[in-house]
Amino acid sequence: MLFFILKRLAQSVLVMAVVSAVSFSLFNFVGDPVNNMVGQDATREQRIEIRQQLGLDDPILTQYSRFIGNMVQGDFGLSYRIKRPVDELIFERLPATLELVFVSAIIALVVGIGLGIYTGIRRHAWASRAVLSVSLIGVSLPTFIIGIALIYIFAVHLRWLPSSGRSGTVDLGGWKTSLLSIDGWRAIILPAITLSLFQLTLILRLVRAEMLEVMQTDFIKFARARGLSERAIHFRHALRNTLVPVITIIGLNIGGLIAFSVITETVFQWPGTGLMFIQAVDFVDVPIMAAYLVFVALLFVIINLVVDILYFVVDPRIRLGN
Amino acid sequence: MTELLKINGLCVEFPTRRGTVQAAKDVSLTVSPGEVVGLVGESGAGKSTIGNAIIDLLEAPGRVSGGSILFQGEELRGRSDAEMRMVRGNRIGMIFQDPQTSLNPLMTIGAQLVETIQKTNDLGITQAEARAVELLEQVGITEARARLLAYPHQFSGGMRQRVVIALALAGDPDLIIADEPTTALDVSIQAQILDLIKDLCRKRKLGVIIVTHDIGVIANIADRVVVMYRGDVVETGDVAQILGAPQHEYTKSLIAAVPRADRKMHRFSSVDYIEGGHQPSAKIDVQTHWLGQGAKHENTGPAIQVEGLNLSFVLQKALLKRNRKMLRAVNDVSFQLEPGETFGLVGESGSGKSTVARLIAGLYRPDAGTVRVLGQDVTTAPHSREARRARRAVQMIFQDPYSSLNARMRVMDIVAEPIRFYKLTSSEAETRKIVGDLLDHVGLGAGAALRYPHEFSGGQRQRISIARALASRPRILICDEPTSALDVSVQATILNLLKDLQSELGLTMLFISHDLPVVRQMCDKIAVMRNGQICEIAPTEQLFESPQHAYSRHLLDLMPKMDLLARAPA
Repeated sequence: MLFFILKRLAQSVLVMAVVSAVSFSLFNFVGDPVNNMVGQDATREQRIEIRQQLGLDDPILTQYSRFIGNMVQGDFGLSYRIKRPVDELIFERLPATLELVFVSAIIALVVGIGLGIYTGIRRHAWASRAVLSVSLIGVSLPTFIIGIALIYIFAVHLRWLPSSGRSGTVDLGGWKTSLLSIDGWRAIILPAITLSLFQLTLILRLVRAEMLEVMQTDFIKFARARGLSERAIHFRHALRNTLVPVITIIGLNIGGLIAFSVITETVFQWPGTGLMFIQAVDFVDVPIMAAYLVFVALLFVIINLVVDILYFVVDPRIRLGN
Repeated sequence: MTELLKINGLCVEFPTRRGTVQAAKDVSLTVSPGEVVGLVGESGAGKSTIGNAIIDLLEAPGRVSGGSILFQGEELRGRSDAEMRMVRGNRIGMIFQDPQTSLNPLMTIGAQLVETIQKTNDLGITQAEARAVELLEQVGITEARARLLAYPHQFSGGMRQRVVIALALAGDPDLIIADEPTTALDVSIQAQILDLIKDLCRKRKLGVIIVTHDIGVIANIADRVVVMYRGDVVETGDVAQILGAPQHEYTKSLIAAVPRADRKMHRFSSVDYIEGGHQPSAKIDVQTHWLGQGAKHENTGPAIQVEGLNLSFVLQKALLKRNRKMLRAVNDVSFQLEPGETFGLVGESGSGKSTVARLIAGLYRPDAGTVRVLGQDVTTAPHSREARRARRAVQMIFQDPYSSLNARMRVMDIVAEPIRFYKLTSSEAETRKIVGDLLDHVGLGAGAALRYPHEFSGGQRQRISIARALASRPRILICDEPTSALDVSVQATILNLLKDLQSELGLTMLFISHDLPVVRQMCDKIAVMRNGQICEIAPTEQLFESPQHAYSRHLLDLMPKMDLLARAPA
């Protein structure tokens, strides 16, 4: 197991090296940063001074190693637009995004696995067919349409929930959470549902397919022949055997949730990192773009590492070797 | 004597889109306490259906359409699912064929046992665990308490089947239905498991129904036999009578098709009663046909020469070499095949016999040692032109006819592939003609070319595999358990076909099997393998009459005793 984890760590380091190279190259290929920082009437001397301050005249490898060195220490430089350290900006925005992703992942998991089991067991029930048909909407409609539809129904028409923004936050030593107040929950519920729908459908259909397959296996037949109750068969024997592929997909998709949150955050004006990224793109605020890229890649790498370790927990055949 | 189970006029049907299939027609049988009843028949006979119908676990859309199932005097038909759940496990236990798949891979065997024990008895967790240990000891598992924490994959196949039996016994049932309980096991394990079942049956006064296609199993364990053919019971009787003096034509041909272990016959008795026994007679004259005119090799030495072959597989990876676990699958194996002979490679699973075949065919590369095909070294420079040309002379026929043919290709393209690949013909029209001839010759008829593999039965598929192997005009055929997935009657026709082809084309054959009677009928010379090593190489008759190595004697002793069988006089 140690060998396996070391191997995965080495692969992760390689991935991060490639991503950091790409994000570093942003600085050099997305226009001259000095132009973005100074006004049109800046003098030549001012420009040269800024160039020297930023170290843009150094050889490219020197710049790259400085970038890596700073990045490892969490220093991504100053935002061109807001003129504040990027890491500070990201950590301010991070709680909003992480809470949104957390809530929508919970919705996707609980509802997705629950309905997946139901439709897998009661294959021919009327409700199963209905769930499957409706779930198609989850995959076939783009996120922003679903978001706008939800806003129209629940915020504009019924006036139950706020249409955008994040309110009712409580400060927990620097981490502003919206999960501790009713206003906070009212604000998070629509974006979370919007973000979760696609993942929910995917999980639902995967769990259902796996469930159908496992129910055909010999050990389920043998469990029936021993007279075990349907409950024990479904939940003790079948469900756990469906989990290995489900964990893989969920792992990849939590990364996906963070990436998709860009769209959802824009639709709902949710003040998270995704919205910050979109605004950074508008202003060609390269340090933020580069940092966001590295940050998302790091999340993906960590999540996949956790997934690989989870295999060991779930499946004794991997844990104990053959 | 009071009967434990009395089935009367049972009918089972499977409604399908094309009409209703009668899987069991008017089946009657009885089982008494302490009696083993063998339910025998070939695939599709409906024998497993009977077992499933008794405990009401027929696969959808199957249903019982008539008759009665009286168990200890109570009717089991028409019970609710909740009532049947109290019968299953508590009063009727079931054992399935494949111990690899009968156990939940993610639960310890202790958890599975305790769960079943608590369902059937009202016991606390510690008492249930004690009972689990007791059960495991009864089925011959040592250090039972420590084993409770083990997962199924940590047991060998035979041990797993013991665990399955322990699970079936957990509710202290009065009847056990064993569906092909030893088919997936090696002969030595098979004998142990059958002894265990027989022993439990006697000691606990259990009634046992053994569902099997294997006459050897019946001969070893059954007291009475019920023979089924296409949903009908054709004959019922005492084991000695059924095997020794069968009355029905089907039983007679079934028994005649069982390969003889006691002496060598010229051919396998062909069976007329059974499907596939008749062959289309559109044979081709091999001598003048394209098939017989392959490139002649001017080699006069051995067809295959294997020297000091070694191959290890990594079982467990590790950074340090000394921590790695290796399995020496093939350990210093040497032998040679003379042109035109059939060389048998026998051994139990894991003995390395299939690995040797794959090494010769070039599917694996050896760690050390050489393989010479028709005098040409094919291991040191496997991609050289000479090595490839030599390897073309070797073709393989695999065990499983269901997975060895590409389901998305027509039979025409499957058989033509080697011809096209090696550019053996000058035109597509010629290729098609040759494929047609080949299919005729293996007994399928040229019309088979336009169909897909799933339209054929197991035996017919194996004929397609044979046609494909012949299409590159090989000199050597490697047959890896070519008939072990087939029914005995079909096995006989396939083995006869291989024998015919060998004499017509002068093929050299490497024949791999765990089935000693089959090997005796097919082979001129035999090598016995165990743990990757060859124990003994001897001419067939010599090996069967006076085996030298202790392991060869052990294997021969394990052959099912067929003394009861009616045989043509020697």
